[in-house]
Amino acid sequence: MTTITRNKKSVAVNPLKQSPPLGAALAFLGLKGIVPLFHGSQGCTAFAKVLLVRHFREAIPLATTAMTEVTTILGGEENIEQAILTLVESAKPDLIGLLTTGLTETRGDDMDAILKSIRQRHPELDYLPIIFVSTPDYKGALQDGYAAAVNSIVATDYGTPVGAIRESPLQQVTILAGSLLSPGDVEEIKEIVEAFGLNPLVIPDLSGSVDGHLDDDYNSKTPGGTSLSQLQQLERSLFTIAIGESMRLGAETLKQKFGTNYQILPRLTGLGAVDKFLWLLAQISSYKTNDNWQFLPQIPEKYQRQRRQLQDAILDTHFYLGGKKVSLALEPDLLYQTSWLLKEMGAEVHTGVTTTKSPILKELPCDKVTIGDLEDLEDIAPGSDLIITNSQGKSLADKLHIPLYRMGYPIYDRLGNGSRCLVGYRGTMQFLFDIGNIFIELGH
Amino acid sequence: MKLTKGKIADLLNEPGCEHNHKKGQQGKNKACTQQAKPGAAQGGCAFDGASIALVPITDAAHLVHGPIACAGNSWGSRGSLSSDATTYKMGFTTDISENDIIFGGEKRLYKGISQIIKRYDPPAIFVYSTCVTALIGDDLDAVCEAATKKFETPIIPVNSPGFVGSKNLGNRLAGESLLDYVVGTAEPEYTTPYDINLIGEYNVAGEVWSVLPLFEKVGIRVLSKITGDATFEEIRYAHRAKLNVMICSKALINMGRKMEERYGIPYIEESFYGVEDMNRCLRNIAQKIGDEALQQRVETVIAEETAKLDIALAPYRARLKDKKMVLYTGGVKSWSVMSAAQDLGMKVVATSTKKSTEEDKAKIKKLLGKDGIALAKGNAKEILRVIAKTKADMLVAGGRNQYTALKARIPFLDINQERHTPYAGYVGLIEMAKEFDRALHSPIWQQVRQPAPWEKVASSPALKDSLP
Ligand code: SF4
Repeated sequence: MTTITRNKKSVAVNPLKQSPPLGAALAFLGLKGIVPLFHGSQGCTAFAKVLLVRHFREAIPLATTAMTEVTTILGGEENIEQAILTLVESAKPDLIGLLTTGLTETRGDDMDAILKSIRQRHPELDYLPIIFVSTPDYKGALQDGYAAAVNSIVATDYGTPVGAIRESPLQQVTILAGSLLSPGDVEEIKEIVEAFGLNPLVIPDLSGSVDGHLDDDYNSKTPGGTSLSQLQQLERSLFTIAIGESMRLGAETLKQKFGTNYQILPRLTGLGAVDKFLWLLAQISSYKTNDNWQFLPQIPEKYQRQRRQLQDAILDTHFYLGGKKVSLALEPDLLYQTSWLLKEMGAEVHTGVTTTKSPILKELPCDKVTIGDLEDLEDIAPGSDLIITNSQGKSLADKLHIPLYRMGYPIYDRLGNGSRCLVGYRGTMQFLFDIGNIFIELGH
Repeated sequence: MKLTKGKIADLLNEPGCEHNHKKGQQGKNKACTQQAKPGAAQGGCAFDGASIALVPITDAAHLVHGPIACAGNSWGSRGSLSSDATTYKMGFTTDISENDIIFGGEKRLYKGISQIIKRYDPPAIFVYSTCVTALIGDDLDAVCEAATKKFETPIIPVNSPGFVGSKNLGNRLAGESLLDYVVGTAEPEYTTPYDINLIGEYNVAGEVWSVLPLFEKVGIRVLSKITGDATFEEIRYAHRAKLNVMICSKALINMGRKMEERYGIPYIEESFYGVEDMNRCLRNIAQKIGDEALQQRVETVIAEETAKLDIALAPYRARLKDKKMVLYTGGVKSWSVMSAAQDLGMKVVATSTKKSTEEDKAKIKKLLGKDGIALAKGNAKEILRVIAKTKADMLVAGGRNQYTALKARIPFLDINQERHTPYAGYVGLIEMAKEFDRALHSPIWQQVRQPAPWEKVASSPALKDSLP
């Protein structure tokens, strides 16, 4: 069992974590036609926007209620109302994702009451779902805000769909895609699920909105992602697969609400973990074709082949990864996924630094993990062969003369963050090659 | 500096700022006091502005007192470069938790300061208040005062919670902190009659390094850079300069005006972009502080540099001639970039006047000519509309609009903070010309605009006759 320590410092030096509202906004961006709306002062939104724009190299639609000192003291109702009306007019969104910030949480705006009275005053907005999530900046990190937003997305009532769209030929599976997944990862997951003849309803689906593609029109709301009409179909799913431990709450909510059973897959890299995912899909799809639960699971040939390719890649790369000491500073879910894969390749997890509490931290393949910052990483990383963290780790990696592999948010100094895929058999292979190449380059 | 309503109102009504000198009107122009609009606002907060102005001080530590939102999402992303210390690049924040909000964050702040001193021993720490810590009433000034005494290191409060206003106001709040706590607290080793300060130049992409050699060549000494690539020490003795040169920015105008009041240092406003502006800048400085000899040296350098420049620019001028751009950037930068573009023979067909003062607007109008469009407001959609209408060849704007242009398959050049190429001075103009040329004449534009063969319904398949 891993011991979890929290640094005792009064100051975070070179922070590793980003704010929960940023995480919530990111999750909202995986819905189609949405504008995430920060209830707070304008700077929070500007910073979040700059970070996401630089990471994804995409235009990112984010809005703010623009609270000032005076309106904070008076309460935010008027600003929220005005912001929503302005957005409806300018962006014509299908959905609004409303999230709080440290400022408005400290002030203690009663959001339920505010939303209720806005609803009463504006029956013309009845068509417009407002997904609300409370994300005080001073509680948790990006992963927490993201998970809370996913939970709000599935908890919100979207009304019944118009007409009988219910008879889709394919059986539907809900995929809760945790913050450990990039848009490229989600794309891969969708492709895998579809290969089993299933219809994935991914929440959130960043692969349609920030994956880096050219649209024909300028967008002031998200151009892709999971649509409102898909959200209205949530109830139909046969099963929920939640990827990342932090997705548990959302999966549980779906179970309470619709009785949908779920399974948590805490990671989706590495031979065993991907096997498990495919086996699960095979069982679900076999269930649909077969009323008597006669078990005839089929794995598409393509993935059987990819599996053998991965096994080969594991053989080729283990010379370079075996015995290597790796220090990682990542959010809990991504830390778990990445460090287990390294461990399974014969590398040693030298140390782990993370951003926030999570039950999964106890199960890391190392003795100790610190909830801390990049200064902590700098103190414990010496002696390791590789550092894995976001772009902010560049200067400490340089200082310690240890190579850096970039993961997490933000990545400013690498291209392709929208399409990079590191999950599934294919993604695992990519990861192993990336890391192996780093060591080859160094001549180890 | 205690942050009082009066103080903020004073800063908003800063008399040095022409925003407040609207002709025939008492009171102020909207640009400074305008409140952000819910649902439409896109700009940064006062804390953002304060850190833009102060973080370039390279050897100081910058400690943000607040929850993770303020520093966590922004540290390490400023484009200012340093020739020496790197402390400014580190992110320090008290990262307050719910407990601190209930019991107050002052203790945590004090302990945080002590930790930074112990481990990094910087010559000074700037401490920024933010929305939450201001709302719960943490007394930043008191903590900083106590810490300054205890640790015998200047610990400087910057009262810049985001909710008091825009980036612009934040710049000025930063200026106030420098005036109240830094300028005038030390003496330079020696002074010369040719000492100047550069104010409002943040050494983005190393720009100040393109102009310092010019000053040196003519015999002007830059005493303090406020704040691009500055040490804390050099700002302390800024009050001994003979002239303040405000660069491309109304942002720290309060510093210019108050240093004139307190120390009798006159100030002038200049720009480093484009030949005309650079020439004018050197001439104006020489005229203000110089003797005949200095003025002569300036003329010689100008003649040399422009001759060299004409040769270097000739090929670019030919390729850039009559290319049309839409320029979308704030305040003074609009006209300074416009004059640089015109030096290259390009045309600015539309530009923003949103953050511009009346004086700037007049300059812009003159440079735009009668067909030019002055954009009073602008969001991404509006910008794209104007580009389409004017048939502009490219967009020149801040990084935040980069993807507005690229997604519309329009060439783009970044002119703001996060860029990596220095455009200041004579060499900067060559860089700018190269960048314009690269952006406009890249072979990619044709590819990203080209429809797929199967989208061109009219054309017949090429293989039609060679297939069975
Ligand atoms: S608006 Fe307030 S809380 Fe948000 S980043 Fe600025 S100072 Fe921090």
